[in-house]
Amino acid sequence: MGRTLYEKIWDKHVVLEQQNQPSLLYIDLHLIHEVTSPQAFEGLRIHNRSVRKPELTIATMDHSIPTTDRTLPFRDEIAKKQVDALEKNCRDFGIQLFDLNSSNQGIVHVIAPELGLTQPGMTIVCGDSHTSTHGAFGALAFGIGTSEVEHVLAAQTLKQFKSKTLAMNIHGHLPQGTTAKDLILSIIGKYGHDFATGHVVEYRGEAIRNLTMEERMTVCNMSIEMGARAGLIEPDSKTFAFLKGKQAVPEGELWEEALEEWKQYYTDENAKFDLTADFNAAEVIPMVTWGTNPGQVAGITETTTLFEDLAEDQIRPAKKALQYMGLEPGTPITEIAIDKVFIGSCTNSRIEDLRKAAKIANGYKVADHVEALVVPGSQLVKKQAEAEGLDQIFIKAGFQWREAGCSMCLGMNEDLVLPEERCASTSNRNFEGRQGRNARTHLVSPEMAAAAAIAGRFTDVREWPVKERKEVSLQ
Amino acid sequence: MKSFTKFTGIVAPLDAANVDTDAIIPKQFLKSIERTGFGKFLFYEWRYENEREKPDFILNREPYRNAPILLARKNFGCGSSREHAPWAIAEYGIKVILAPSFADIFYNNCFKNGILPVVLPDQDIEVLFRKTREIPGYQIRVDLENQRIEDSFGYMSEFQIGSYQKDQLLQGLDEIGATLQSSQIIDSFESAHKIYYKLGVKIY
Repeated sequence: MGRTLYEKIWDKHVVLEQQNQPSLLYIDLHLIHEVTSPQAFEGLRIHNRSVRKPELTIATMDHSIPTTDRTLPFRDEIAKKQVDALEKNCRDFGIQLFDLNSSNQGIVHVIAPELGLTQPGMTIVCGDSHTSTHGAFGALAFGIGTSEVEHVLAAQTLKQFKSKTLAMNIHGHLPQGTTAKDLILSIIGKYGHDFATGHVVEYRGEAIRNLTMEERMTVCNMSIEMGARAGLIEPDSKTFAFLKGKQAVPEGELWEEALEEWKQYYTDENAKFDLTADFNAAEVIPMVTWGTNPGQVAGITETTTLFEDLAEDQIRPAKKALQYMGLEPGTPITEIAIDKVFIGSCTNSRIEDLRKAAKIANGYKVADHVEALVVPGSQLVKKQAEAEGLDQIFIKAGFQWREAGCSMCLGMNEDLVLPEERCASTSNRNFEGRQGRNARTHLVSPEMAAAAAIAGRFTDVREWPVKERKEVSLQ
Repeated sequence: MKSFTKFTGIVAPLDAANVDTDAIIPKQFLKSIERTGFGKFLFYEWRYENEREKPDFILNREPYRNAPILLARKNFGCGSSREHAPWAIAEYGIKVILAPSFADIFYNNCFKNGILPVVLPDQDIEVLFRKTREIPGYQIRVDLENQRIEDSFGYMSEFQIGSYQKDQLLQGLDEIGATLQSSQIIDSFESAHKIYYKLGVKIY
């Protein structure tokens, strides 16, 4: 009997198995940030425990930090205390930290792949649910609570029960003008916000193989938004090409050895999944969420729900969601005007995302009533974007160009959507209050967000008149 | 962590599906570096407006103010992995959550904080919601040892829970301490396990 990719990674990392007990699973890479780690270090100190393998934990600051000028003093005293605590904890326990002055600083799920820390066949955890992002490389990556962060620090392992497996078979090609974000929003829309609870989902099929690594990260990132424990994509030549030459990736003989190892991580043909689902990529159109969970979503040519296509238990939550969002049933998506635009987050803040948004924004102006932010996912992304002149495209169009961080995705810093303001956001959650108290979030792709910023309302990016760039100022 | 004993308590019906951890404890309270102090901010945006209690929110009404049992709909605890959510729930005084389903990370986090998440079939959840409407101050008895909940009106249901999680609650296990007993096994695993990434590690 063959094994799935998940089972192969699992088997490779089981340290100890005991009856009626969770397995002890070895963790190859532990990522930490300022918000979910301080209490874990406090726990270590209380019990007089040390960090077992400090070199397998990497820290950065992303959630609560400002995205404005880093040379100015930190205005939020409480957030400053949290950032200082991370610095002290990393120093005390010998953990590498990419702090606000580091050229490697950024959103934890952006920096690990771009540094080459995320590799096929690994186990990766972080006190953050969007750790599922790293599954794009064929790594088993999932979010954990702070008690588990403490466990990993102390023992480099986690007690875990095996998840069930789900094969999401995605057939056909994504149509021109649609994106990985539209694909994953469509899948969540079709199958629901909790469809994959208890499962690790492996995205398979032609449409997935055709995606770039960055697009795969967008898909895996939102696995948690359909309840999955983790998302996985089989590593292939694109994965290996992406990794080659990255800072943390070995060279020479060790690269060849790693490559041989990575090539073992695929699902055997005769492997069995606990659950199988199908999706036709050819039907995808640009998507916009209208509700307060990512499954409440419609195509740009459609309307907010009329309740007809909803299951009975979805009708009441949908009514409540529309009320919160200040929308009537049956409102055409293209008639929804917006106040804010956020291009960023661990879902869509990589260089490719910024290139795509810049292509739409080039030569246009942000609508008068709209405030638009572009927040690169990392300092490396920011530097690359500036080298390509993308920052200038955004700035000329009236977007604000910020420093790297989580920013308005969760509004832990000053980047907030105000009460009843409406935001087109490239992030991953449209929950009530997520971007600010009574804030109204519509999740979209970077292209759709850029177009909405300029039009002042949602518009079909497939019909957008792209203006060619006349000059490219490479610095 | 205190161990979990049998008790009888009032059931507070929170009639909402997909209650996410952002709703349970909003982001503005996540900047604390402490493990305590979150209870007063539980369901903050639902409980308060301009720092005043919203009278229609269930936990602001008698007799639910100190209810130790919360009844909710499917996919409870979805979204962010923040353990601040179960910290807030536990500190507020809620010991048991009844729902048709829970999100995975939240479910795991509960057991580390002395909270019992009970999965019940949809029809049982419906019955319980109806009873909270019909019977003022409706109470149930929760017996983890025998995996059973019942009321004094003839309702009884047995629930499923893993034996490991059950022990975690009944005995208040120190999971890290237990794992560290296996340090030598981890050592030998580690010596045969290869990791292919490396940074120019700068140790302070």
